[in-house]
Order: sequence, then C-alpha cells, then structure tokens
Amino acid sequence: MIKAHWGALCALLALIWASPGLAGEVAGMIKVAKGAVSIERAGKKLPAGVGSEVEVADRVRTGQDASVGITLRDNTLLSAGPHSLIVIEKFAFDNTTQDGAMSIRIRKGTLSVASGKIAKRTPASVDFHTPTSVLGVRGTEFVIEVDGDGDE
Amino acid sequence: MNKVTLSLVIGTLLLAGCASERIVLLPSADGRQSAVVVRDAAGETVLDQPYAGVTRRLGTNTAYRSSADEVNERFGTTLAALPPRPTSYVLYFEVGGNVLTPESQAALATIRKEIAERPASEVRVIGHTDRVGSVETNDRLSLQRAESVRDLLVESGVPANKLEAVGRGERDPLVPTADEVDEPKNRRVEISVR
Repeated sequence: MIKAHWGALCALLALIWASPGLAGEVAGMIKVAKGAVSIERAGKKLPAGVGSEVEVADRVRTGQDASVGITLRDNTLLSAGPHSLIVIEKFAFDNTTQDGAMSIRIRKGTLSVASGKIAKRTPASVDFHTPTSVLGVRGTEFVIEVDGDGDE
Repeated sequence: MNKVTLSLVIGTLLLAGCASERIVLLPSADGRQSAVVVRDAAGETVLDQPYAGVTRRLGTNTAYRSSADEVNERFGTTLAALPPRPTSYVLYFEVGGNVLTPESQAALATIRKEIAERPASEVRVIGHTDRVGSVETNDRLSLQRAESVRDLLVESGVPANKLEAVGRGERDPLVPTADEVDEPKNRRVEISVR
C-alpha cells in the first residue's frame, strides 16, 4: 500500500517536473497581423508578422491601431486588439497523445479566445490570467478586456 | 503552491485598485454548451450562457448580460484578427497498405489549394488504423500512412517545413469496434490545416 502511494507520488512529481512550458518551445504562429506587432523574448524586442513563431515565455505586444491573431499548436485561436500585452506563460502539447497544458496571461488590452484540443481533452489544464483573476474554460469562446496600465 | 496563492492574493489586492476588467462568454462556434469560470480571492463567477458577462472593478464583480452589439463595439477589431478556424480532412486507405482510395486521391487537390491559400499555413498529418493486428504494428502502420501522405503533399509542392506526420495507431477509431475487426472507416489519415 505504502509502496503504491510512493509510486503515485513519484509519478505525480515526475509529471510536475516534466511539465510544460520550457521557454523557447514553439507554442504557435502568428496568422494575422495588422499595424505594429512585436514579440519580447529574452529581453529583446523583435518585430513580428504573419508567419512569426510564438514561443513559450514570449510577450506579444500590439501598438496603436494594431491587432494580432495567433494559432497555437493545439488549434487554440487567440487574438489581441490595439494596445495589448499578452504573455504565453505556459504551453505544451503532445501530438501523439494530445495531452497538454496552457496558461496565457493578458496584462492589458483585449483578448479573444476560441479554445482548442487541450481544453477539449483536459479543460482543467487550461487557464487564462488577467491582472486580478484566473479564468477556467469549458470548451469555450470568450473575450477579455483589461483597462489599466499593467505593463510589466 | 502556497507561494503562488499568496502572490496571487497580494497581486489581486495591489492591482484591484487600478485595473478594470470585463469578460464575456461568446456563443460557441459548434453551438455546444460552454462556460468560463472566473476565479479570484473572493470566490468564483460562472458565465455559462452566451453573452453572459462580468465586469470587475475594485475587487467587485458585477454580472451583466452583454449582447452581440456590445461585443462588436468593444471587441470588433480584436475578433476580426482571430485566425481562420483550422479545418480537417479525412483520407481513406485500401486494406492493409498505404494506398489511398481513388476518392481520397481526388480530395488531395482541394487540400493542397487550402494549404496554399491560408496565411502562414501549417499542416498536421495524423495516421490511424483499424484494429486488425497488434497495437505496435498499428502504431508503425499509422505513422507510415501519415508519412506517405506527407510525402505526397511534399511531392505536389507543399513546403516540407509546413508539415508534420504523427501516428496515433488504433487508439482513436472513427468507428469503435472489437479488436481484429476490419473497419475501412478507421484506416484513415486526418489532415488538419491551421
């Protein structure tokens, strides 16, 4: 019995350890871009456009009159309107098993979401963060607006 | 975990004063029931009807009913930037091998066109088998099928870096069957274009 518990604990620890979201892993790609869109990665600000890859830990920023649309590898669709800052905090998706996890943060601006395969298969492993709340999804499309100056 | 909770609480207290937020659930594209659960230090609010909305200011949640008009006004630009929805095609195989049925050969043309027309398209080719043969054999066969379709696409001019091939073996049948059943609908390759 005790052995079994240890086994379960180790499996759980392994799961937490192996878990997702190493910076640098590709999470998705920009499919739509209008106006000034940039990606902040490892302290550098890179101009971004249609075809740019989006990686875990990237901060995607839009300027005035700008907007951006991103398709993540699990078919989640994201888009942000003008003056937005979106952070891909965590993303992992296994093609073969279709297991995965994701965590996306909106610091300011607007974000719309059409959730993908991870949310369908394991909704509990998907969350969206605003400056003051955490959103869980159940097979969903929704929009978020954050007014304020949450820049960092 | 405690640290995370604590920083969440502190962050919430700090930010609640200066930010206001709005969250609105939209009707789902497939018409199915969906929901968003909004959690904060005070508890949770469930949005489970189309256009159910909540505004948050100074740590107070105000539930309200939004509308297509309001969403359009506040989020029109944002929603217009949503990428085109991924589409999925299914190709079928003759028994046992990796030769496409004639209908599926013909469908390839449509798929190529879509890959060419979508901005920054990416394609996942996913192979599946029926339940004839062992799990291991079917894992191999499903990957071979996916790779053969990927190669067909490459030969027809689709850039190889847009394509990835995946084998899911017999674990995801379109038509559930007992083991060792020869089910043509399960011998397939799915092409997901995003």
